[in-house]
Amino acid sequence: MSIGQRSGAAATPAFDASASATTPAEAKELAMVGGVKPRRYGSWYVAEHRIRSMRSYLQTIVATSIGNPLVYLFALGVGLASLIDTNLGPTGFNGISYLAFVAPALLCTAAVTVAAEESTYPMMMGFKWNPIFYGMNAAPITGNQIVNGMVISILARIIPTCAIYFVVMLLFGAVASPWGALGILVASLTGISVGLVIMSYTSRIEEDKGQMAMIMRFGITPMFLFSGTFFSLGQMPIYLQWIGWISPLWHGTELGRVLSYGASEPTWLTVLHIAYPLALCWFGWKATQRVVTRRLNK
Amino acid sequence: MPTSVITANLLTKEYKGFAAVDGISFDVAPGESFGLLGPNGAGKSTTMRMVGAVSTRTSGELSILGLDPNEHGPEVRSQLGVVPQSDNLDMELRVRDNLIVYGRYFGIPRSEVGKKADALLEFAQLSDRAKSKVDDLSGGMKRRLTIARALINDPRILLLDEPTTGLDPQARHILWDRLFRLKEQGTTLLLTTHYMDEAEQLCDRLVVVDKGSIMAEGSPASLIKKYSTREVLEVRFGSERNAQVAEQIAGIGERIEVLPDRLLIYSDNGEAELARITAAGLEPMTSLVRRSSLEDVFLRLTGRSLIE
Amino acid sequence: MTVTLAPVRPEAARRSRFAGSLYAGNARSVVGRGLLATKSTNWAVVVSGFFEPVFYLLSMGIGLGVLVGTVSTGGQQVSYPAFIAPALLAVSAMNGAIYDSTWNVFFKMQYAKTYEGMLTTSLGPLDVAFGEISLALLRGAVYAAGFMVVMQLFGLNLAWTAILALPAVLLIAFGFASLGMAITSYMKTFQQMDWIAFILLPMFLFSATFYPLSVYPEPIQWVIQALPLWHGVELVRGLTTGALSIAMLWHVLYYLVMIAVGLVFTTNRLRALFLD
Repeated sequence: MSIGQRSGAAATPAFDASASATTPAEAKELAMVGGVKPRRYGSWYVAEHRIRSMRSYLQTIVATSIGNPLVYLFALGVGLASLIDTNLGPTGFNGISYLAFVAPALLCTAAVTVAAEESTYPMMMGFKWNPIFYGMNAAPITGNQIVNGMVISILARIIPTCAIYFVVMLLFGAVASPWGALGILVASLTGISVGLVIMSYTSRIEEDKGQMAMIMRFGITPMFLFSGTFFSLGQMPIYLQWIGWISPLWHGTELGRVLSYGASEPTWLTVLHIAYPLALCWFGWKATQRVVTRRLNK
Repeated sequence: MPTSVITANLLTKEYKGFAAVDGISFDVAPGESFGLLGPNGAGKSTTMRMVGAVSTRTSGELSILGLDPNEHGPEVRSQLGVVPQSDNLDMELRVRDNLIVYGRYFGIPRSEVGKKADALLEFAQLSDRAKSKVDDLSGGMKRRLTIARALINDPRILLLDEPTTGLDPQARHILWDRLFRLKEQGTTLLLTTHYMDEAEQLCDRLVVVDKGSIMAEGSPASLIKKYSTREVLEVRFGSERNAQVAEQIAGIGERIEVLPDRLLIYSDNGEAELARITAAGLEPMTSLVRRSSLEDVFLRLTGRSLIE
Repeated sequence: MTVTLAPVRPEAARRSRFAGSLYAGNARSVVGRGLLATKSTNWAVVVSGFFEPVFYLLSMGIGLGVLVGTVSTGGQQVSYPAFIAPALLAVSAMNGAIYDSTWNVFFKMQYAKTYEGMLTTSLGPLDVAFGEISLALLRGAVYAAGFMVVMQLFGLNLAWTAILALPAVLLIAFGFASLGMAITSYMKTFQQMDWIAFILLPMFLFSATFYPLSVYPEPIQWVIQALPLWHGVELVRGLTTGALSIAMLWHVLYYLVMIAVGLVFTTNRLRALFLD
């Protein structure tokens, strides 16, 4: 390309250059008007951006959200269940099949997995490797809106994932009660509560020293294994049961079981299963907003 | 007397007791092209972030389009176009999509933002790269895309932080050409640079900043007139002899600056001074007579070079 | 139009240097760099890899063990923990090798450009391939040894042949590392890399890891028996439970072929990418 070879858009300006023609009062008024939409819808614009980025991963996202429930429900609900049901009898698992027992746990786990994925690298990348957050903030978007937008985009992945999972559960005959459909919401709440807690940490990370791998290995994996997912929490030795109590996955799974096949538990515990993830969401949300806002304001 | 679009009064930003910006005052008129010239670490970028309404000031007053950025951040930013020092384009999106998502941040309807993006790609001479990955663009193209992105909201004021740093000479000239068009069309420009030629090309008026403070203010020509002579004679006698020769020729020219590798002799007639030196029996290894530049102004004001 | 600035080498010299341009016998320097990089950046992450199979063993072994009771394998009844522990050992060998040879190699190839730097020195693509695979094996060996100790403490090594599981695990890791690296060398985007994880999950769950193959109908059994992980799980399980049979040699052969195929493809690909 040589200098000045093309004249660009000089004939039809690509922008409105009326700045000098505006009086100060008009300029101020224009600014006040310009702020209205970003203040109102900024979070949604951020979500829109994130969802646009996800589109390049659409194929694997779709394949995983259909493939994973098939694979997990078949492996655990059919394969492993054949051992357990042989040993304990077909309804030996507290009166229901192992498939029905394990399905709500797998549903919640799927939500947690998606949330963990979307709240680690994308959060850290936005400040570091692909620093789009600074670009958003130079536009009228606030730090709080960036966080809200991330949350909305994560939910936009979690909810369809859970809905597909639930459909596959129905195909496997793993849901006894119509109330089980509410499990989609319960699982989504579980997922986003984990996502927000992770975000409150990943938004702080200045340098990648493998923190993401540590979150997976010492956070997500133990949560998956020790939250009364594959067996009742009570079967764990008491010194390991605390992992379940603090794990949103256990609360979500237990609530899912109540809805799916009417597992019995005291009312206060059901309330706790809802209140605890909500509290985590609130804490994670506010903490992340604080961190992001502070980090942008250098 | 036109009313200013940017007014800064004793603007200060401190980080843990260290004043990165230490009480600077300036104002920028509508349609004006205003520069902050200074070396790295002078506080230019911090000033830009405060004007860009993304960094809260420690003290002083700041008004952008009559609004306080502390209270009306989104409103102020809705009227700005920002080209940051290092590009922060979204590498995960393609070239055109970068403009579209950015336009949406200003609330531009989806039906309009596409047309706008295409017009700006044309302006930035990137139409044929609309579907490219950002990563595949050259440094100059990324810069032009960043500028196109900054124009998506028809900004009243365009903030450019070191717009051509790191670009090769050809890419710089293409960029200057684009910026000059914007200037001609009446966009207010606020830019920082540590390149004198850039400041001379683009700025109607500028302030020289060093260590967080303003050292001088004026148009490039008036600053040169006030703080330097019309011409500069550069002579080299070898790094060991420069200082010694400087003493011998004291009194030649209006002023002599001793740099490690050469002597600068300030005078309105460089050739005449060179003749006086040779007449004194001194034979420089090389000599050069040039016009004074902002570099000389900066040297005079701070005793240091702009680029070390 | 191609402009070549390299001096034109006489044909004879080129021929004699052909093997040399592939392999300079200096994979050690690649390993050395890897160890140094590990030490200075992510040693904690590397160490943490040891815990993953232990967590699985604790959870599945203790919790599920009560529900499942005993499992029949190789003609004997074994406890559920003793059934899954060798599978977890094989899986962790696979995961470690896959991580090192896929994500790690992909990042170095596409972003850090580590290999381009290496290949401009006297190192050849085989040095790089062997070096990276050795690193993966070294890690695998350390994890495996650690996990074997845990198994011993829980009394899950049922026969003296368990000690042979250690070389078996290295064989498995070598197989996956060389195949993983071959596949990765053809990958261009993160999206393509995601498909690797997509394929690994069913293999992990279905390869007689948590329950015997006999629960499946026969055609599905054949598919699983064609996949590499099942061979690894069966090999290690035979050794730790002491249910030996001559058929286990087929598992070994499977991995030897996998290693060879992986190395051939990796070397050709690296040469095409960086030297031609």
